[in-house]
Amino acid sequence: MTTTDQPDDAARAAAAERAAAAEADSPEQSEPDPDLPDAADEAAAHEAAADEPGDGDERDELSAAGRLSSAPLAEQEQPEAEVVGIGVLGWTRWAWRQLTSMRVALILLFLLSLAAVPGSLVPQTAASPAKVEAWQQAHKFWVPLFDKLGMFHVYSSFWFSAIYILLFISLVGCIIPRTWQFVGVLRARPPAAPRHLVRLPVYATWRSSADADAVLTAAQGALRKRRFRTSTAGGAISSEKGYLREFGNLLFHISLVAMLIAFAVTKLAGGQGTVIVVEGGSFSNNVTQYDDFEPSTLYTADSLPPFGFTLDGFDASFQTSGSARGQAITFAAKLSYWLGSGGKQTSGTASVNHPLQVDGDNIYLTAHGFAPVMKVTNAKGEVIFDGATPCLPQDANVTSLCTIKVTDGYVGKDGKKTQLGFTGIFAPTAEIDPVLGPRSTFPAATDPGLFITGYQGDLGMDTGNAQSVYQLDTGAMKQLKLDKTNPWKAQLHSGQGMKLPDGGTITMTGLKQWANFTVAHNPGTGSALVSSALAILGLIGSLFVQRRRIWVRAVTGPDGVTTVELAGLARSESSRIAEELAEVALVLQDTAPADRDDGDRDDSGDDPSAADRELTATSLSGAGEAE
Amino acid sequence: MNIAAAQSVNSSLAHVSNVLIYSAMAVYLFAFLAYTAEWTFGGRSRVARQSAALAEAEAAAAEAAAPAKVSISVAAANGGTTTLTRTVAAKAGKVDIVAKGDAAPPVEGAGAAGGNDQADRLGRIAVSLTSLAALLQLGGVVARGLSAGRPPWGNLYEFTCAMTLVAVMLFLGLLYSGRDVRWLGLPLMLGVLTGLGVAVTVLYAASEQLVPALHSYWLWIHVSGAMICGGALYAGAITSGLYICKDFYEAARAEGRTKGGRWSDICERMPSAASLDKLSYRINAIVFPLWTFTIVAGAIWAESAWGHYWQWDPTETWAFITWVVYACYLHARATAGWKGRKAAVLALIAFSCYLINAYGVSIFINGVHSYAGL
Ligand code: HEM
Repeated sequence: MTTTDQPDDAARAAAAERAAAAEADSPEQSEPDPDLPDAADEAAAHEAAADEPGDGDERDELSAAGRLSSAPLAEQEQPEAEVVGIGVLGWTRWAWRQLTSMRVALILLFLLSLAAVPGSLVPQTAASPAKVEAWQQAHKFWVPLFDKLGMFHVYSSFWFSAIYILLFISLVGCIIPRTWQFVGVLRARPPAAPRHLVRLPVYATWRSSADADAVLTAAQGALRKRRFRTSTAGGAISSEKGYLREFGNLLFHISLVAMLIAFAVTKLAGGQGTVIVVEGGSFSNNVTQYDDFEPSTLYTADSLPPFGFTLDGFDASFQTSGSARGQAITFAAKLSYWLGSGGKQTSGTASVNHPLQVDGDNIYLTAHGFAPVMKVTNAKGEVIFDGATPCLPQDANVTSLCTIKVTDGYVGKDGKKTQLGFTGIFAPTAEIDPVLGPRSTFPAATDPGLFITGYQGDLGMDTGNAQSVYQLDTGAMKQLKLDKTNPWKAQLHSGQGMKLPDGGTITMTGLKQWANFTVAHNPGTGSALVSSALAILGLIGSLFVQRRRIWVRAVTGPDGVTTVELAGLARSESSRIAEELAEVALVLQDTAPADRDDGDRDDSGDDPSAADRELTATSLSGAGEAE
Repeated sequence: MNIAAAQSVNSSLAHVSNVLIYSAMAVYLFAFLAYTAEWTFGGRSRVARQSAALAEAEAAAAEAAAPAKVSISVAAANGGTTTLTRTVAAKAGKVDIVAKGDAAPPVEGAGAAGGNDQADRLGRIAVSLTSLAALLQLGGVVARGLSAGRPPWGNLYEFTCAMTLVAVMLFLGLLYSGRDVRWLGLPLMLGVLTGLGVAVTVLYAASEQLVPALHSYWLWIHVSGAMICGGALYAGAITSGLYICKDFYEAARAEGRTKGGRWSDICERMPSAASLDKLSYRINAIVFPLWTFTIVAGAIWAESAWGHYWQWDPTETWAFITWVVYACYLHARATAGWKGRKAAVLALIAFSCYLINAYGVSIFINGVHSYAGL
C-alpha cells in the first residue's frame, strides 16, 4: 500500500495550496505536482467520495485537509507507466501492491464466500463419512471429478486454502504499513490549516472585537475539553479527534489474523476420540479403548492425558403426550472420574450442552442407546456369555440393531466347537408392526423387547480383518433352525429366555443404557474466543467512531476587528461534524462575541425564517468565489 | 430412567398465541392496503406534485450554486433546544454556519403521500394499523413463549414470527423517533405478510418443549441475535433495493430520459438516492458487529454442544458466507469505484445469503443444527 495518510499531509497541503493558487477551475486541469503524486490520489479520492464531481478548487482544498480514511486507493495507485519494463523486482512489487490493494482484498473476500458454498451442498467427509458414501453411491458419475477437486473436503482443499491464504497475506500486507502510518499519525501533529477554510465542508465565521490570541487560546481550550488533539501554527489551531476509528480498524484486522492462527493451532494440536460406555462400565483415556480416534499432527496417541471415568447412570426424559410425544427433554450421564491412574474419584455430569471438563479435555455426551444384558449357556448348562451388548439406534424411538457374538464354549450337536452369532432388533417399547415387523413406539424402556435370530459357524473374527462389533458376518455361518423349514427365532422380554435348538439357552437378564462420549482436546479455543472478542470491539470502534478535524483561525485586521473562522472535516458518513462545530462556535462566544449588527438583529430577532434568509444571503456573499 | 415429562405445555396460551398471530396478519393486510392507497392517491395529485417538484428543482438549483446552509440544533442556555444560528445571532450578533455537501444537496422526494392531504391521512392510518398489528404480534410471540416456558424462538415458525416483529418494531421505532421513513411501510408489509404467511402454513409447529440440544442460555443470546440481525438486515435490504431504483431514476432524470409514467411518479416521491444509500449503510454497519457477535456466540454454543467451535456445518458455513459478503459490502463502500450501485448489489446478495441460511439451509440441508422443527 503506497497511499499514506498523515505523515506527508503538510507537504500535501502545500501542493494543494499551490494547485489552488493556480486557479485550476476544472478537475481535468488540476495537474498533480510531479513531486507529489499523492496529491492526485487525494483529489481522485475525493472525487470518488463526492458522488458527483465538485468544484476543482474545492476538491484541492479538501485534499489539503487530508483523507480521514486509510483505505488503499487501488484504482489510483498504479500509474500504468510504472509497470512497463521494470524487471522481476518491479513485477514482484507490482504483484505485491496488487495483492495488498483493497480491490483485490474485495475480490478475494468475494471468492472466499463463493468457495464456501459447495461444502454446504456436498456432504463432507469430516462431518459425516456415511453421508459422503451414500452421496457417492447416488452420483457415481461425478465422483472422480469431485474427488480430484477435493469436493468432499472443501475446507481443506487446495483451492479453498489458496484463497484464504492469499487473503491473509493481503491482510498482513495491509496491516503492517497501516500500523506504521498510524504510529506516525500519533506522533505527528494534526495537519496545518488550509488557507481557504471556507472551502471545507463545514464552516463558520464571524467578526469580533476580541483579541486574536485570546480567541485562539480559548479555542484550544474548548477543543481540548472535547478531547481533540490540538496544535497551533501560523495563527490557526489544528485539531483532530477519533483516532479510535483507525485503532479499531487495525485491531479488527489484526484480530482476524490472530483468529486464523488460533484455528490453525486447534487444527494442528487438537484431536478427539469417541467411545461407547455401558452403565457401570469404565473407560480410561487410552487409544486402545477408543472406538474411534482422530489424531492430528501434534496430538497423537502419546499425548493423551491419563484419566478415566465410570458411567454410573444415565438419565433421559421424554415428552409423554402431544404431537411431539417421544421428543427428548433431557439427557444426562452421571460419571465418576479420576485423574492419573487410579486417582481420587470425583463425580460429575455430562449432558447435552454441558460437557464435563477433565484435565483440560472436554467429555461430551453425543448419543445414547440400550444394551440388553444377555446370558448364553451351552448344552451342559455352563455360562458361555454374560454381558451387556450395546445396540445401535436406528430411529427416533430407539428401535435398535443388536448383535451378540459368542466366541467360545459352545458345542454343536455334532460335538464340534462352534461359534454363535445372534442378530435382530431391540425395541425399548416393543410393538410388532404387521408390515415393518418389530419396532419401538417410544424412546424409553417401558416394555423392552428383543427379536433375534441365531447363526452358528465361524464368526470370522480370526481372519485379521477389522470387524465391526455391531455387524454379523454370516458368510461362514448357518442359521439356527427349529426344524427343516422354520428358522429359530426368539422374542425375549426382560427376564425371559429361550432354548437354543442344539441345547443351551439365551436369556435377557436385564437392561442397561449406554452413552457415547466424545473426548475432545481443543487447544486454541481460548485464543479464538479472545481474538473474536477483540475483533468485535475493534469493529465497533472502526464503524462508529468518526475521525474528524476542526481548524480555528483568528486574524485581527488593520481595522482592529478580528475575523474568527472555524472549519470542520469528517468522513461523509458523519453528519455530527456540523453540530460539533456549532457547539465550539457557541462556546467561543464567551471569549469572542460576534459583533452586533443592529439592523440585522432587529429583523431577525424573533422571526427565524427571516434570520435564515438573512444568514443565507450572508454566507452567499461570504463564499463569493462559489459564484 | 425417568420417563415423565418435565413440564407440560399450556395449550390454551398456545392457542391464544395462534389467534393473536392470525389477527396481526389480518391487521397487517389492512395496513398494507392503506400504504398502497397512500402511494396511489399520492400519485393522483400530480399537478400539486409537479409544481412541488418544480419548486424543489428550483430550490435545488439555487442551493447547488450556493453552499447549503444548515440550521443546527444545540441546547440553548435556558435548557430548551433551538437552532444555533438563531441562538448565536440573538445573543451576540452574526455568525454564519455553512455546511456544504460534497456536491449539490440531494433532492428528497416528497414521500408516499406526495403532499396530498388525503393520501397523507391514509398513510397515518396505515401507520396506526401497523402499530396495532405489531402489538397483536408482540402478544402472540409473548404468549407463545409463556405457553412453553421458554424463549419464543425455539423453531423456525417462532423464529419467523419474532424476526418479522423485530423488523416492524425497528420501522415503528424510526418513525416515532421522528424519522420520515413511511415510504418503507409498503415493502415492509409485503415482506412481513409473506414471512408470516409462510410461517403459519409451511413452518408451523405446535408449541412444545425444546429438544435437549436447545436447552441452553445461548438460545437466548445466539438466536435472538440472529433474529434481531434478520429484522434489521431486512430493512437494510429494502433500502438498498430502493436505492438502486432511485439511483437509476436519478441518472435517467439527469439525462432527461424520464418518461413521467407511474414508475417515475413513484420514484419521484422516494427519498434521494444519497439518503437511501446512507440509511442502508447505517443499518448494515450497525448490524455487522451484532452479526459477528451472533456468529461468535454460536461458536461458543457449538463448542459446548458438539465439541468443536467450528465444524463447517451448513448453517455455520452460510452464516460465514453472509458475514463475508457483508464485509465485502463494507469494503466496497470504502473503495473508490465500488461505491454506489455495486455496493448496493453486494448488500442485496448478502441479505439473500442471510435468507438462504435461515430458511434454505434449515429446511433443505440437514446439518447438526436441529432447529427447523419441521
Ligand atoms: C479477512 C477478511 C477481511 C474482513 C472480514 C474485513 C472486514 C472489514 C470491515 C468490517 C471493515 C470496516 C469497514 C468500514 O470501516 O467501513 C474493514 C475496513 C477496512 N479493511 Fe478490511 N477486512 C478484511 C480484509 C482486509 C484486507 C485484506 C485489507 C487490505 C487490503 C483490508 C483493508 C481494510 C481497510 C483499509 C479498511 C478501512 C476502510 C475505511 O474505513 O476507510 N481488509 N474491513
